Amino acid sequence: MADIADQTPERIPINLVVNGARRTLEVAPWTTLLDALRDRLELTGTKKGCDHGQCGACTVLIDGRRVNSCLTLAVMKDGAEITTIEGLAKDGALHPLQQAFIDHDAFQCGYCTPGQICSAAGLLAEGRARDADEIRELMSGNLCRCGAYPNIVAAIEQAMSRS
Amino acid sequence: MNNFQYSRASDVADAIRLLAADPGAKLIAGGTNLIDLMKENVERPSRLIDISRLPLRDIEETADGGLRIGALVPNSDLAYHPLIEQRYPLLASAILAGASAQLRNMASVGGNLMQRTRCAYFYDTTTPCNKRSPGTGCSARDGLNRNHAILGTSTSCIATNPSDMSVALAALGALVHIAGRTGERTIALTDFHRLPGDTPHLDTNLGSGEIITAIELPPHGFARNYSYLKIRDRLSYAFALVSVAAALELEGNAISEARLALGGVAHKPWRSPEAEAALRGQAATADHFGRAADLLLQGATARSHNGFKIELARRAVVRALIQATSATPQSQVHKKIA
Repeated sequence: MADIADQTPERIPINLVVNGARRTLEVAPWTTLLDALRDRLELTGTKKGCDHGQCGACTVLIDGRRVNSCLTLAVMKDGAEITTIEGLAKDGALHPLQQAFIDHDAFQCGYCTPGQICSAAGLLAEGRARDADEIRELMSGNLCRCGAYPNIVAAIEQAMSRS
Repeated sequence: MNNFQYSRASDVADAIRLLAADPGAKLIAGGTNLIDLMKENVERPSRLIDISRLPLRDIEETADGGLRIGALVPNSDLAYHPLIEQRYPLLASAILAGASAQLRNMASVGGNLMQRTRCAYFYDTTTPCNKRSPGTGCSARDGLNRNHAILGTSTSCIATNPSDMSVALAALGALVHIAGRTGERTIALTDFHRLPGDTPHLDTNLGSGEIITAIELPPHGFARNYSYLKIRDRLSYAFALVSVAAALELEGNAISEARLALGGVAHKPWRSPEAEAALRGQAATADHFGRAADLLLQGATARSHNGFKIELARRAVVRALIQATSATPQSQVHKKIA
């Protein structure tokens, strides 16, 4: 089935459900999910840090699992459900992780924060972290150059204890 | 990133056909290494063949009591699978020692085997590199080579394979199932990756038109006496300077079976039949472990910055075997080395 490539090569139509809303767009095969979200869907909450999967600023949830959107080709995720930082609050109420990051002042410049919170949402869904050491280990894919790590861990512990 | 064509394979045969039709094509599943290398213009495929939707995601028991793991099982799903946790905890531990939670969610088992053996010069397209551009020379030999190989090197290349999963698979005696135009074949994991020789651009023995369909684990999982000990510059999310997969079968204090594999020290996971034979029938003591480590590291050579790895590897082997003997495997969370 090579028919996808037989269509106009630079523009391939895809459907995504982004933060609960169905979005249809045409992407080049080399468009990353990160660029599609930021430049095409104008969801700039997801950040581009290293663009190489090393910093975690681009972390989003695909079908509930946390991934690096900078290393994901949008065309490969046709039909997927994407959750970004913009989609975590519900009915005007912050997600418990968002509130916990505020409560614990878990950021300084804030650039890594959307990725930290999306990654933490994935971490909570995975259910593998039970204490601060496990949070630290399983959040190691998210760097914070301001060094807010102690407060980030405290915020995630708070959200974990209330979930 | 270069422009490329995109195809979505409908089944394994379709993927093989698409590969044959375009010599510049590459398969993509998780993409965690390939997309990264494409962004650096190190990889420039003419076409990506998306295999991520193929039905290669099952983990099934084999007739002989082993496990067959589909090539597209994500690394995280494999590490947390109950049968892996119970029967092959060495493999679970090694996978969780590698990469980040996000990358483990994305990366497939087959893709983990196919990640490039590499070093910083391989990534830097402004420097000579025999792996990236055959015949241009090796910048690492007389460059910054602290992270580089000490075993099985050649004058052409001293890069290391960074996979933790492969080190455990090598120790466990895993098999790789491969499909191609002429049918299916199976090779040992230890024969899957290559030493650099004078063809460092070839990391594996996978043919150009072939696809990995599954990994097979033999029945014996060494679930009691094992340890995966990874030594690195930071506590998480870093490649190994040296890693050790150690597995023992003990009768009292006597070793009836031993497996040892090293990561971070060679172009492929490093095993030595002599080192393992030297442990069989011996008492599980630090002296015997040291002798096995010496045999495993026989022929190790260093360049200007990586000489420390030889002694580090020797001590890591002894420590991992002590951990395995006492059934206190290295934790991948609490990093204090016991």
